[in-house]
Amino acid sequence: MSKRTPMTAVHEKLGARMVDFAGYLMPLTYEGINEEHLNVRNNAGVFDCSHMGEFFVSGPGALELVQKVTSNDASKLDVGRVQYSCFPNERGGIVDDLLVYRMPDDANGKVFMLVVNASNIDKDWKWIEKQNSEIGAELSNRSYDFGLLAVQGPNATKILQRLTNVDLSSIEYYHYTIGDFAGKQDVILSATGYTGAGGFEVYAKEKDMPAIWDAIFEAGEEEGIQPAGLGCRDTLRLEMGYCLYGNDINDETSPLEAGLGWITKLKKGDFVGREVLLKMKEEGVKRRLTGFKMEGRRVPRHGYAILDEEGQNVGEVTSGTMSPSLEYPIGMGYVKTGFHKPGTKLKVDTGRKQLDMEVVALPFYKS
Amino acid sequence: MNVPSDLKYTKDHEWLRLNDDNTATIGITDFAQSELGEIVFVEVDTVGESLDAEEVFGTVEAVKTTSDLFLPVAGEVMEFNPELDESEGDNPGLINSDPYGEGWIVRISVTDPSQLDNLLDAEAYKALIG
Repeated sequence: MSKRTPMTAVHEKLGARMVDFAGYLMPLTYEGINEEHLNVRNNAGVFDCSHMGEFFVSGPGALELVQKVTSNDASKLDVGRVQYSCFPNERGGIVDDLLVYRMPDDANGKVFMLVVNASNIDKDWKWIEKQNSEIGAELSNRSYDFGLLAVQGPNATKILQRLTNVDLSSIEYYHYTIGDFAGKQDVILSATGYTGAGGFEVYAKEKDMPAIWDAIFEAGEEEGIQPAGLGCRDTLRLEMGYCLYGNDINDETSPLEAGLGWITKLKKGDFVGREVLLKMKEEGVKRRLTGFKMEGRRVPRHGYAILDEEGQNVGEVTSGTMSPSLEYPIGMGYVKTGFHKPGTKLKVDTGRKQLDMEVVALPFYKS
Repeated sequence: MNVPSDLKYTKDHEWLRLNDDNTATIGITDFAQSELGEIVFVEVDTVGESLDAEEVFGTVEAVKTTSDLFLPVAGEVMEFNPELDESEGDNPGLINSDPYGEGWIVRISVTDPSQLDNLLDAEAYKALIG
């Protein structure tokens, strides 16, 4: 039985096509994936992301724990800043990818909020608790206290500004402010997102979410703000070349292979998996996550084999879609190092057919 | 879900309409198009080929998924709906908007009309999709 959030009834009332996602009943689409996608790219759309997990790390040892479990350098984070990061495992794979928020300090020092994938909340929690056994930072899983709406698109900021006195235009990318919003207090207004379309992610008490949702739609009526489902969340992120955990990255893929070297700070000091990653970097990775565009209109799908021009297996597709913005099929997958350079001609094997494609640089979509 | 009573159906969610001249028109059901979501491309590269029942005659690409198309009965694929064809009408969304009408996919000449007895009628198909 899928879990419901205070937002579930709102989606059902809007007639969304609901699907189970990570144990939650979530909207796949309301009016169609393409329409919602283009509305986010060109206007403004609202995603319910209340299923995502929020862990708080505080007390003595908070920074030490975050530095131990994440690959990016959290010591560089000032209060008000956000960082994309991942939890490496001892084998150099990825337990999860996440956002790290440096929250305002409390009486005991630094406080971090870790925002993790819904599908990994239980796994991540156990992992962090285990890593914390000798550090003893204070951990609290507040996934059920927080709701999250991602309001994305070129008109998103203008619409949200009507609901708050916080000057949103002054909040830089990957920064946040806590303030009053739509009549609610202590709302986190975060200039982040998973679409490449701009806008904010709004964290508030889960029970306040339906009222905040209504306020956003009232404020954005003039622009024609629309709800956006998980379907277009996937197509939007893929156009940007962003990784989706479970598709493009998992326990067996390393951040170095996945193009996440920029969040893997091997010089920051020790962290889980550092030795393995250091060795991998020195020796060079054997495969790389690579973007490609198809020659025809067949769509590459997760799990299809990737072949070189001679028909030798050189990798596997991890994500694919017909790009609504570009109007041709795009995909990502791991290929052997050497086949990853833009312009390389490869094939995708559907099982019945071999389709021509070409490696291209990421992101696919450039605004 | 719309399940017209005058058509035959398969468990793979295709429908078949037998025409007077021993040809049959084939498409996918309203249930199938609704499950697939927005259809963005249809490929049929078997025109002129004789295929057995349950052989793949084409592929439908939706935004979220890919689905092969299976021939309900043996026959020769005579025609691919030009309105869906990328090189002509290029309007695969007709399958979503009118799955039993303008969104038909192929016309075949039926090898053995008695094979139609193996297909589901509307009541049986309704039971299948619940």
